This record gives sequence, C-alpha cells and structure tokens, in this order.
Amino acid sequence: MFEYCSMASASLVRSLKQRIEDMQPVRLDERALPTAPALRPLFPGGALRKGASYSIHGSLHLALACLAEASRAGEWCGIVGCPDIGADAAVQAGVALDRCIIIPDTGNDALGVAGTLSEVLAVLLVEGVSLHDTRTERVAARLRENGSALLHLGDWPRAESELRVTGSRWTGLGHGHGLLHARELTVTSLDRRGPRTHLVRFENGTPAAVHGEPGRVALSAV
Amino acid sequence: MSVHPERVLLLWIPDWPALAHRLVSDELDADAPLALTEQQRVVACTPEARGAGVRAGMRERDAVSLCPELAAFPHDHAISQRTFDPVLSAIRQRVPEVEALRPGLCAMRARGPARFYGSEEAAATVVLDAADAATGLTAARAGVADGRFAAEQAARANREAPGVDAPHERIRLVASERTRRFLAPLPVSRAAEPALAETLFGLGIRTLGALAALPESSVRQRFGPAGVAARLRALGTGSAAVEHVRPTAAPRDFAVEAAFEPPLDGADQLAFACVPLAERMLADLAEAGLVCTGLRVEISDDIGVRHERVWDHPHRFTAADAANRVRWQLQALPRAPERGGAGIGALRLVPERTDRAAAHEPGLWNTGPDARVHHHLSRLQSRFGPDGVGTLAIGGGRLLASRQHLVPWNTRGPGHSVAAGSHGPWPGSLPGPAPSRIFSPPLNADLRDATGGNATIDHDDLLVAAPATLEVPPALGASRVAAWSRPWPVRERWWRGSPGRHRLQVALDEGDAWLLLHASGRWFAEGRYD
Repeated sequence: MFEYCSMASASLVRSLKQRIEDMQPVRLDERALPTAPALRPLFPGGALRKGASYSIHGSLHLALACLAEASRAGEWCGIVGCPDIGADAAVQAGVALDRCIIIPDTGNDALGVAGTLSEVLAVLLVEGVSLHDTRTERVAARLRENGSALLHLGDWPRAESELRVTGSRWTGLGHGHGLLHARELTVTSLDRRGPRTHLVRFENGTPAAVHGEPGRVALSAV
Repeated sequence: MSVHPERVLLLWIPDWPALAHRLVSDELDADAPLALTEQQRVVACTPEARGAGVRAGMRERDAVSLCPELAAFPHDHAISQRTFDPVLSAIRQRVPEVEALRPGLCAMRARGPARFYGSEEAAATVVLDAADAATGLTAARAGVADGRFAAEQAARANREAPGVDAPHERIRLVASERTRRFLAPLPVSRAAEPALAETLFGLGIRTLGALAALPESSVRQRFGPAGVAARLRALGTGSAAVEHVRPTAAPRDFAVEAAFEPPLDGADQLAFACVPLAERMLADLAEAGLVCTGLRVEISDDIGVRHERVWDHPHRFTAADAANRVRWQLQALPRAPERGGAGIGALRLVPERTDRAAAHEPGLWNTGPDARVHHHLSRLQSRFGPDGVGTLAIGGGRLLASRQHLVPWNTRGPGHSVAAGSHGPWPGSLPGPAPSRIFSPPLNADLRDATGGNATIDHDDLLVAAPATLEVPPALGASRVAAWSRPWPVRERWWRGSPGRHRLQVALDEGDAWLLLHASGRWFAEGRYD
C-alpha cells in the first residue's frame, strides 16, 4: 500500500514537474554560456551550462564549435591534452586564440589539470581522460563549484548531455575535382529530454543554420 | 607663478656633437674642419669649420662649397650621448647632483659647491677642470647665474657683455642683482620659440629687455602661455619647474650574482637560491622606479662553462618568475655524462630591459589578463615546463603544421602573436575549411587505386588512376574513398633541391575527410577533418 502510494506520488511529481517545465516561460538562465545559434538545439535548455560536463563523440570540430561562441564573447577557454589541434580550424570555428590556453601534453593527468584549470577558465575541452579514473566525480564537483563547463571528447560519467556523431557528409568534393566546402553532421544527443537527432551544418568551418528550418531540430525522437 | 630662482652653475661644451665625433674616430685630424649633418643640413660643426663660415642649419652642399676640405658625417646621437657620460661622471666626483640637459650641457646647483669650494668661481674652476680632464680638450665653459636660462646665457656670453664678471677666460659670473641688466640686451630669440621670436621681432620687440618691459596681462592676451613663459625668462624669474635643477640619477648596475661553494646540483636548489637574489635586484630596481621586463640569466659551471639566456616577461618579473626561468634554463642544459659531479658554481641575474614602474601599474579596471588566470597558468607552467602551457599563434606558411606555433605563457605580451609576413601569398596553401587535427610530423598513409597499386601523380600534377582505398595506420583502417580533389602542388625551396609535394583532399565513404600529402612517391596524412 505504502509502496504503491510512493510510486504513484513519484510519478505524479514527475508529471507535474514536466508540466511546470513545459509551461515555464523562456527566461534568462544565468548559468547559460554563449552558444552558437545553430548548436542551441543540441543542448537541453538551449545552451551550454556553467558547471556542467558534456561528452562529445566523433568530432573535434563539433567540440571546437561548441567552445567558440563563449570564447568569442570574451571568456577564457582551454584545450587540454589535445596536441594535434589545428589553429586554423579553431579560428575558423570562431575561437579567439589569445584567450585559449593550450596544454598539449598533460603527462597522463588530464583530469587533474582540468580540475585546476576549472578555477580560472570558463570552458574546457579535454581529451584523453580514462573513464576508470575515480577522480571524475571530484572534478565534476569542482566544475559545478567553479561554474565552468567541460567538453570531453569521449565518455564522461553522468554527463549533462552526450553528443554522438552518427553520420557525416561532405559536399564540394567530386571525383578528381572540387574542394571540401560544407559538412553536414548527424548528431544524436542523449540528455534529460531523451534521445534526439539533429542536423548540424558547417560551412567553411563555421556552424551554419540548416536550410529550410534555421536552428530547429531537424529530426526528432529516434 | 614665478619664484626667485636658485643659483645655477652650468657647464657647456660648445659644438659637443662634432667634438665628440672627432674624439671617437681615430683617423680624423685634431684640427680638421668637421660637420655633422641630418637630412642634408648641418646640425653641428667644429670651431675650425665655423671659422670657414659653416653654420648650423646650413645645407650640406653650401657648407662644402664654403669649406671644401670639410668632412661631413651623419649625426649619431648615440655617440654624443655616450662620450658625454664620462664627463658627467667626472663632474659627479666633484659635485654630487648634476642634471644632464643634453649632450654637452649639464647643470648643477651652485650654492652648495660654492660654499664647499669657497666661492662660485672656485666651484666653476673645479668643474671645468674635471670636464677638461675627462675630454682632453679645453673647450668647456661655465656660467653661474640665477636659474638655468640665465646661466646658459651667461656661459655663452662675451667677456665684455654688461653685467658679466669674467674672472677666468672660460668662466662667466652674473650676480643676482645684475641678472636683468645682463639679460636685457640679448636678442629675443634666445628666450622664445622660433615662430614666436619671429612674431616678436616683427612687432619691434627685439631684445629680452623690450619683452620684459611689456605688461604681463598684455603678453598673456596676445601670445598665451608660451609668451608668458618667454617673458618670465627675459625677467630672469622662470617658474621653478623650468629653472630649478633636477638632478639626474647616475646610471646604476643592477646586476646581482651569487657564487656557490660547494657547487649546487639540481634545479630546485638553484631556484631556491635564486629567490633572495632576485628579490634584492628587484628591490634595487623598485627604488629607482623601474621594473624588469627582460632578464638575462647567466649560469656558470664549476668548470667555467657559462650558459646565458635572455627571458622576456609580458608584464614584470617577480622573484618567483625569475626562479622559474632559472629552473627552466637549467633543465634545458645538456646533461653531459663526462661532466661527472660538476654542478653550478655561480648565478648572475642581469636586468636586460627595464621600464618605468609607472607604465606597469595595473589600471583601475584591469587591462591585462586576469591575475587569477595568470597565477594558475604560471603554476601549471612550473609543473609542465615553459613549453607545456601556452596559446596558439598563426604565422605564415604553406603546410599547416608550420603555420601554427605555441607561444609559451608568460613570454610575450599581447600584440606579438601575429608574425610579420603571415598574410603574404602562399601558393599551394589550403583554401576552405582547415582540418581540426594536424599531424606533426605527418603520418604515413597508404592510398591505393582500384588495382591495389600505390596511387601516383604524374608530371602534369594529375593522379594516374582514381584512388580507391585509404589507410592511415593506426588511426584509420582501410576505407573506401568516396570523393577526391584534384591534387595541387606545393613547391617550396626548389632552389635547395627539395622535392615537389602535392596535396590532396579525400572524403571517405563513412563521411570522414582527410588532407593528404604526396612527396617522393609516398603518401602522408597531413590533417584530418575530425
């Protein structure tokens, strides 16, 4: 009886919460970081959030584009443990290089460095953290405390959102002619909204609105 | 606002730039006419040239036609400044506080030396002797009067000028009560800027006495602050800011050094020893109102081998920064096994570049990078080494890896990040989107055509056969090629015999794209559109 009640009330609370969330007007989220309009549908709440961790699979370029808008808005960013980053690609994505700290080699301690940097940098792009590291929880707590966002290229436990590139299509290149020009990524996001599929288009390295439906979710509910 | 000026003793060496030039060059005769020129005009000449009619401001051609044996040289300010420094230090031995006005001219307060040496005349003689001993010439003149302006006019004055005492051929004294009488007959151009002097001359005001006789309110109304200042000078009562002597500090050597016995072995020990040393140096600098922006670290072995390096700082060095630089420098030293137990015998820190501390005060609203960012990054840098933390900068170049470089944190200020010439035309460079991953050095790749043979490029810069599969071990297993660009050549340093290279963009079936490089029949992966 009691069990039934608690289960019923739990589901009731959940459904009420859902309704409140649906009815809530659009408000300024003070924990939102600047995010490119074309990438907003990828994140719950429509923006990268301070203190949250994100896991990105399959595209460094997508991660750079997520970082770029905050960097352009004057925030300090960091790229940790990614020695082969292309400066030209970062600039094309919109990263301000003089406010973007690069730590190419962390000597197997990307996590510790990310924890330290979270105190001063607003957005961190980290590669090469092993999931088995027990300190991820502690670093996540530091991130929440210091209000900086973390984008991890790979798995991250209890990420705010998990972005996985499931398809990629280049245009501009033919059979022996043309040059790479635009790229369309199919990105599956997994977050509290459930799994969704989006189409992200890059033109000359910059995220651009998808034709027809600018900035909207192109496909939904896989 | 005028005050009664203090007595000033002024030393003037006429034609100093020309004389200095003759002093430093050996091949010139001691009495050959010599002139220094700037933009084809004479700026200074020796008395011999002046005797032949050469004057400052004259065109070089006219000067040479007046005096055909004239030797003309471009004016080098550094020479006249450098050769005047020993004169200044010789005078400082006799009179402690000297203001260097310009090369060949310096001023000091007359009251103290006059009391010490007995009289103004005796003080002037002492200073003249010091200058003569330092230059080896007998060209210097001394003038003593109220204020800098009057003293300079006195040093230039004739023996017979009214109000002038000339106890010695090269010393002119103007007593306080005779200052106005002395200044009155001088031409008005001595006190006023050329443009103002011309106007005054045109108005019939030709002497300082005539200017001094004008009412101050009229001068202010007609000529503004410049006119008032000129009138005050003509009266012999300039403002304190202009007329008083402000002693220039003698150049100091701020270098510090320490010797270690027994020699130190280990970067941490040395860095620890460096902190008090750097603190002493920085305190000395701070006393002089300076900060250090460039530091030379000299580390000497116990066997006498010296390693030097100059480190830059975007803001100013602190003792901890200096210790970090010492540690990095020591870590970069080659560790030769045959040196055995050799350690570091001596450490010397020299401030290579200094700047006025006032220019480095943090603004009311912080303009530099956040202090916290700086602090954290410096800490990480002391852990990962100087090249472990930095920002990327894009320079010029064709290959992507050579276009970008890491600027270590703490080394250069903002504004240096773009190398000169980075915007030049780079034939063969990559248009369109750039790959997000760049491999330096490029990875070995395997591009094969449909028959399984290596894809090759012929002399017309074309692929011989369509590429079918790409393999980049270990990043990419064999994958089918969906589309490819036309290969385009990157010809660099062909004059040095470097083989021509080609670039090729390849898109794979699964949606990946790669930037490939072809050199000497082999394929490399330069970047990946990740």
